[in-house]
Amino acid sequence: MNKDSNTYTFIYASILVIVVAAALATAALVLKKPQEKNIEIEKKLNILASVSKDTGLSEAKSKNDFVESAYDKYIVDSFIVDGAGNKQDGDAFLIDMTEEYNKIKTVIKANEDEKERLRAELRLPVFVCEEDNGALKYIIPVRGMGLWGPIWGYLSLNDDFDTIFGAVFDHKGETPGLGAEIAEKAFAQQFIGKKIFTGQTFVSVKLMKGGAPKNDPHAVDAISGGTITSNGVSDMLRDCLDQYNAFFIKMKTQH
Amino acid sequence: MEEKEPMFSAKILKLFTNPINKDNPITVLMLGICSALAVTVKLEPAMVMALSVTIVTGFSSCILSSIRNTIPNRIRIIVQLVVVAALVILVDQILRAFAYDVSKQLSVFVGLIITNCIIMGRIEAFALGNRPWPSLIDGLGNGAGYGLILIVVAFFRELFGSGTLFGLQVIPESWYIGNGGFYENNGLFILPPMALIVVGLIIWIQRSFNKQLIEK
Repeated sequence: MNKDSNTYTFIYASILVIVVAAALATAALVLKKPQEKNIEIEKKLNILASVSKDTGLSEAKSKNDFVESAYDKYIVDSFIVDGAGNKQDGDAFLIDMTEEYNKIKTVIKANEDEKERLRAELRLPVFVCEEDNGALKYIIPVRGMGLWGPIWGYLSLNDDFDTIFGAVFDHKGETPGLGAEIAEKAFAQQFIGKKIFTGQTFVSVKLMKGGAPKNDPHAVDAISGGTITSNGVSDMLRDCLDQYNAFFIKMKTQH
Repeated sequence: MEEKEPMFSAKILKLFTNPINKDNPITVLMLGICSALAVTVKLEPAMVMALSVTIVTGFSSCILSSIRNTIPNRIRIIVQLVVVAALVILVDQILRAFAYDVSKQLSVFVGLIITNCIIMGRIEAFALGNRPWPSLIDGLGNGAGYGLILIVVAFFRELFGSGTLFGLQVIPESWYIGNGGFYENNGLFILPPMALIVVGLIIWIQRSFNKQLIEK
């Protein structure tokens, strides 16, 4: 057979592509379950970390079992609110924050008349953690942009909907040693005890270059050498928490 | 007819050991430097990367060698790419399923194994002219040579850059300035340029022991 003929080349290429495609499709189907499980565990672990319930993970025999049992024990409730502070139907855990983040960006850009309508279309998840002593903590997911890609995190608030109880941040691909430091515990711990409101006005928490002033409840130290990531975290907190504003105000008046 | 060779003759073993030292893909052939800079901040991802590349070079060489007489010459490179890409995607999927944390750390670099010059280099230079078994050994040997350098570089970068090995604290906490000591991690080790410097030092040491590598 002539190996250099067009027919041979075409047939060879077709068979090769079909064989490879079949092999890859099979692998993707077989591995889909454990992959999705990993993503779910990762999300649950982040939620637990924001209320410091991830301690003991290093001693745990099975990561999955530890995360599942801790999640079932501490996360007692979850619900969805819209930008007007009204509860909506649905499973909060399944909300895709990438999609909501895109909606939040259009809300911010929209003019005043539009804002109201667009805000009502947001579907924002809230997770509720019950401490051993019965105190409730409210966990809010946040999402934004760093220097090289998306950054995200979870913030837990005390039931005054003002004081930050804990935080955890992660990123897709910030610079190691610089922007990537936001994923470190030491960075997230700075947020503990900070406040997102002054009286009834939402102010968020900012990352300050050159160090936050002592006793400022709305500022933490930025990361040296990671200015754009730091600004990204500030923007992320302001933009995402602002969408929960109506919900916070509603809850504050109830207390 | 080719003469039948034993499975582990001296010649075959040389195919495996040469790339680890005197034909090392990184320090002698200067291939695959880019990923060596990117994934060597910590030991664990470096080891997984080393293993992944070894598997891909070994099996792609073996597969392509076994079909080498059927490949139409005009689409030779495309056929090679398809096989390599398929193997890389498989490795990526498996890591995502069973080593999720590491696959997150390696992120895009697993996909970029496709572009690792070592793989295409060995296929073109060796696998297309040799039988599957020697090709497999040659591929595994080159992957191992690459991996060895990766692990050595990662060892120094993690030790001096983060004070840890495999994520475990090695340098005593009490040494750190923050705890009243005298020591501080060297931030330069975390950044890519330091990987280049470490690779350079390894090349220097290797050549001072192995004089025949020095170009006249």
